[in-house]
Amino acid sequence: MTAEIWSQVWQFTPTLLWAMLINVQLLLALIALGLVTGVVVALIEVYSPRPLAALALAYEWFFRGVPELVLLFLFYFGLTQMGMDISPFFAAVLALGFRSSGYQSQIFRGAIQSVPPGQLMAAHSLGMGTMKTIRYVILPQALRLSIPPWSNEFSAVFKDTTLAYGIGVVEIVRQARYISVRNFPLTLPVFILVAFMFLVLTYLGNWGLGRLEQRLHVPGLETHAKRGEAREL
Amino acid sequence: MNSDSADHLLRVEDVHKRYGREEVLRGVSFTMERADTKVIIGASGTGKSTLLRCINKLTDPDQGRVWLENQEITGRRAPVNRIRSQMGFVFQDFNLFTHLPALDNVRIGPQRVKGIRRREATTLAQEALATVGLKEKAQSYPAQLSGGQQQRVAIARALAMSPKLMLFDEPTSALDPELIGEVLEVMVKLAKEGMTMLVVSHEMGFARTVADEIIFMEGGVILEQAPPESMFRNPQHKRTGEFLRKISDLYGESE
Repeated sequence: MTAEIWSQVWQFTPTLLWAMLINVQLLLALIALGLVTGVVVALIEVYSPRPLAALALAYEWFFRGVPELVLLFLFYFGLTQMGMDISPFFAAVLALGFRSSGYQSQIFRGAIQSVPPGQLMAAHSLGMGTMKTIRYVILPQALRLSIPPWSNEFSAVFKDTTLAYGIGVVEIVRQARYISVRNFPLTLPVFILVAFMFLVLTYLGNWGLGRLEQRLHVPGLETHAKRGEAREL
Repeated sequence: MNSDSADHLLRVEDVHKRYGREEVLRGVSFTMERADTKVIIGASGTGKSTLLRCINKLTDPDQGRVWLENQEITGRRAPVNRIRSQMGFVFQDFNLFTHLPALDNVRIGPQRVKGIRRREATTLAQEALATVGLKEKAQSYPAQLSGGQQQRVAIARALAMSPKLMLFDEPTSALDPELIGEVLEVMVKLAKEGMTMLVVSHEMGFARTVADEIIFMEGGVILEQAPPESMFRNPQHKRTGEFLRKISDLYGESE
């Protein structure tokens, strides 16, 4: 690959960056949808009466069991066929968001169950009902515990946004294809550039989440406490 | 039958609880008056902790009724949370909210349950922490405190709700011997200041210093109930005498 080829690729970089913005938007929308739905599903699984909890488990089973592309087709072509006017972008948010909620709910369920039952008893003994206990005692602890596994989910779904290619969203991979079809010699460098952009952005995302985890760290509690924070006794 | 329940601060009537085939409580009744301190003793497995949990309904009794003043917590439509908020509960293993500093642990009740404004709730929490001698630890997290300090924060957490009654479930059993004293000291102070306290504990020194009565439980019932001195000197049941001698040897009687 000559310098000339790279300088050609350089002129497409702004186009690719704009397309990447679509992936980032997709990511933010789908992960927010997955987060909210995932927390609700997890709470239902842990605290609801059995029929409702079974429904939540079935939901999880469905969205974890069906391939992503099939989900995308179901939500886009399926809903369109049913007469709904839905954009590919919105269909992708729903399909990938609900799918992610199936995985996120497992993360949150584990974290919710790891809050010691004694603390729930203590909350009840103060006169807190279930909703207040969830809000003030369970979620603050469960969400913090969820950050490391949630970072994995974040990286995974970020890369999954490229699957929206399959239903015609003009995101970065589709844009890269447009470029490479018209300029065949650029195929390899263009996709190297795309890969590089993902590497940088996943790194930044995980770095940010790591920072968040450190900020929310409870002194004396976690085993990987930073050195220098001596136990104050 | 319950017309006089308002005269007592706490009235427990014929409480039964069964776990599977085992009947842990087989009909327990007693009452407490304001400023009473009663200590429940008995071998493990005789239902002491279960009884305490039935009183604030952390455990649902199968049968029997419990009143705090004239409010029945065991009633079908009872406002359980409102009644619970008037009873403090101190657990054997503290159960502090580990994600919150001591001050927030104590403030959360007044602020979130009673709806007291943050500033006033903070003042209440600081006062409660001062009562247990931990004012300067307000910003420490539970994991930064010793067991004795954690238990004192837990007592402050209950106190901040201005409870009518405090229930203590073996509050010193999980503590290293050298940390027991600081917790007992706080409890003695509370008792002397007129707090109504029901304490499951084998600390005989504490019982002899402040208890108005000792309740001896055996096999899910109250076998005997009497002021400490008369129970020590003149137990009505052979089993009571045996048990008192055993725990006195084990725990000692001194303060």
